[in-house]
Amino acid sequence: MSDLIEETLLVERPEKSEPLGALFWFCVGWLALNVLGAIFANVLPLQDPLYQNYSFINAGPSLHHWLGTDDLGRDIFSRIVFGSRVSIAVGVGAMIIGFGIGAPLGMLAAYRRGRFDLILTTLMYVFLAFPAIIAVIAVLSFWTPRALLKIILVIGLASVPIVYRVIRTATMAIATKDYIVAAKVQGATDRRILVKELLPNIAPIAVSFLLIGIATVVTLEGALAFLGLSVNPPTPSWGNMINESRTVMSQNPWLVLFPSLALCLFLLCLNFIGDRLRSHFDVTEVKL
Amino acid sequence: MSGALLVVRDLATTFNTSAGPLPAVGGVSFDLNKNETLGIVGESGSGKTVLARTIMGLQSRTNATITGSVQLNGVETVGATEDEMRRLWSTEVAMIFQDPMTSLNPVMRIGKQIDETLRVRLAMSRSDARARAIELLEMVGIPSPAQRYNAYPGQLSGGMRQRVVIATALACSPKLLMADEPTTGLDVTIQAQILNLLDGLKERLHMSVVLITHDLGVVATRTSRIIVMYAGRVVEMGNTRDVFTNHRMPYTRALLESSPKVASPSHTRLTAIAGRPPNLLRLSDGCAFAPRCAFASDRCHQERPELQPSAESGHSFACWNPLDPTEGLSRG
Amino acid sequence: MLIGIIFVISVGSFYLIHLLPGDPAAVILGTGDSPANRAVLYKQLGLDRPLVVQYFIWIRNVLHGQLGLSFISQTSVASTIRSALPIDVEMIVLSQVLAFAAAIPLAMRSARKPDGILDRILSAGSFTLLSIPPFIVIVLLVLIISIKLGIPNTGPSSYVSFSTNWIANLESLTLPAFTLAVGSFVIYFRVLRSDLVATLQEEFITMARSKGISRRRIMWRHAFRPSSVALLGAAGVNIGGLLASGFVVEYLLAIPGLGYTLIAAINSSDYLLVQGIVLVVSVGVVLINFAFDFIVNMVDPRISRE
Repeated sequence: MSDLIEETLLVERPEKSEPLGALFWFCVGWLALNVLGAIFANVLPLQDPLYQNYSFINAGPSLHHWLGTDDLGRDIFSRIVFGSRVSIAVGVGAMIIGFGIGAPLGMLAAYRRGRFDLILTTLMYVFLAFPAIIAVIAVLSFWTPRALLKIILVIGLASVPIVYRVIRTATMAIATKDYIVAAKVQGATDRRILVKELLPNIAPIAVSFLLIGIATVVTLEGALAFLGLSVNPPTPSWGNMINESRTVMSQNPWLVLFPSLALCLFLLCLNFIGDRLRSHFDVTEVKL
Repeated sequence: MSGALLVVRDLATTFNTSAGPLPAVGGVSFDLNKNETLGIVGESGSGKTVLARTIMGLQSRTNATITGSVQLNGVETVGATEDEMRRLWSTEVAMIFQDPMTSLNPVMRIGKQIDETLRVRLAMSRSDARARAIELLEMVGIPSPAQRYNAYPGQLSGGMRQRVVIATALACSPKLLMADEPTTGLDVTIQAQILNLLDGLKERLHMSVVLITHDLGVVATRTSRIIVMYAGRVVEMGNTRDVFTNHRMPYTRALLESSPKVASPSHTRLTAIAGRPPNLLRLSDGCAFAPRCAFASDRCHQERPELQPSAESGHSFACWNPLDPTEGLSRG
Repeated sequence: MLIGIIFVISVGSFYLIHLLPGDPAAVILGTGDSPANRAVLYKQLGLDRPLVVQYFIWIRNVLHGQLGLSFISQTSVASTIRSALPIDVEMIVLSQVLAFAAAIPLAMRSARKPDGILDRILSAGSFTLLSIPPFIVIVLLVLIISIKLGIPNTGPSSYVSFSTNWIANLESLTLPAFTLAVGSFVIYFRVLRSDLVATLQEEFITMARSKGISRRRIMWRHAFRPSSVALLGAAGVNIGGLLASGFVVEYLLAIPGLGYTLIAAINSSDYLLVQGIVLVVSVGVVLINFAFDFIVNMVDPRISRE
């Protein structure tokens, strides 16, 4: 299409970026619900997730047990809510560590360049070449007894190189732009530039990647649970529950479905929000 | 009328954008005969490229509404399916575009790109196609065509690339060539070469050409008729000579005055046309040029003028306050 | 550079194992554990030498194709790996064939009519699939199979090697290959579709159309080639990661590939085996990445010229 037409459209609708949409807010709401549930699980009117009621084994959904019970008579619904604590804690916690370490280092390295950047980046790239999952599996297998904090720590540290690389690349793309150079020439201190100029421009990419990161970590926790490397039973976690369900699949399909659904919905919402945010902030696309 | 190669009637292309309908081309009608060269002139955004693509049938209909009629050798193309159009492309009508770098597939050798047309459309064998392609390369003036056959577009200069594009377009000897700003992206010295090449090929292959450009110098000597477009509509059209010397529409005058002339004394101030091209989304009911026209009257702002024939010369124009026909511009 | 990375990886693999808590001696000796016995064992295994020396001995052996003798199973680590590796390779190859066979035509269909019905369904669907982790895919598939076919989900591995019975072999690998294919498909579809849409907007495509070439030919010969670059890039990254996610799938379905072997080795504290597998896998991933970079350069001459 001719340039004039594109130009006309931009003039007509300068503020118009891709709208977020109802589905977006729905996902935000769902995630918020999960998080609130996780935080306030203790005070909510839920069944005891650990209480084994042998008269109700593998029961389907009912008024008493909204989502049914598992093979030990425990209420599935409350276990899912309590289980969300593990997933969310791991997801958020690991990302806090990953971003807390990786992001500042990445920004600094991209901004400063020089030897600092060279050494650090080479180091990180070497770590990146090593399949992180294997390291995580190995470390968690040998570092007993298992604890939530240890899991968060290990996964968090393992994610540092990836975060570092993404943030560094994003910063480099912006740091070479003219307005940064202009700010420097005007005598702004490095700190000021980093905070006032670079940070706001990196934010969209960073947030998007953060969400994807949380999704990946939560998935990882699920996979670890299958290997018996997540939190110890009887503590509920989504991964644990799905894993346990494998043995009683034919008798209790609910135990398979509901935690899976909880996990997948959580991931879906995260991915969707991340994707939406990305296209919302990408003002370089002109839509017809 | 009969025997005309291309017959366009009331052609209109409107884009369905999120900000409303955008009439890129409206009410265009003209004929083109065999062996004739027609120039379509206008500023960027006047709708000339959209017009060209619409006539070719390349304009996608997903977001655009096309009305009117285009008859190519008697075959109606508006509303035709892609399959139907494909039968015409390359063998009856071909098109060359402005930027040769983006018109050629950057990861495919140029020889292959020319071959492709021959093999697909004329069912030539591999070796025949290759031989013909080398012939074509030579015809468009590429030195050592046999070696260049294997080159990638990126390895050629701008002028060379455009020659390759021309070779590709003319491979199946179409009867009509649409040339959309074929020289705009090239060096001035190369421009003349390419245009001369086109002239020569036109003669040799008995081809009609539609030459689209914003540069009046290009159409002055190479076309027999021209169409002047503004905001998607035709504002003046007729024999090139007539339009140049006896133009009636003030926009045409402004266009002629704003192009630099080689013979004028140095440091002559270029007369720019005041104002900016109109926003096609918000066209008024009146003449689109009125806001920028020095001669605009009330009627001009309220009512859009239709094309009317000029009494003195054979061409037609669309204006309520036409210029005096005797005030022709001397050719410079 | 490649050598450097591999070197560091080897060091990493080696030290990783030794940094971990747990003591191989305790495991091996079992009830006969005592300081004296330990000392003898250490001498036997060469564990009394300084760590650095141990490393070099190990490396020297590795370069001779000898990854050591597993403490636990007393079989050569190298041979264990050699018998497990082909299974992984086959699984991954199968999954990628499936993924590409589905992704390429569908992406082309989608790109032809962006935001058309097919495109919307596929995009939404692939987005959803993206959010379903492989282990859940397996669980769900097994659930469906066991419910529909009434087959109970227990029992030892159904894996049959290729040489024994190739039909059964393919059957046994269908489920894991399919599971891995789903994830790969989603990525390939999305990448290829968006790249094709972008490429199709380029002017040389319009020019090709005006040459009277069919849509199909344009898609395959003109649009696909530049777009395949992005696809190959994604494939490289993806396949590298597949080695890891393949592990979980293997373990779940009790398929004796490297992943299963690795987990089992970890559980039985078979350090040498763990070390060997980690080394092989890491080096493999690095090599794959490099290979893909190389292929990408060949396909698109623009990149190497820049």
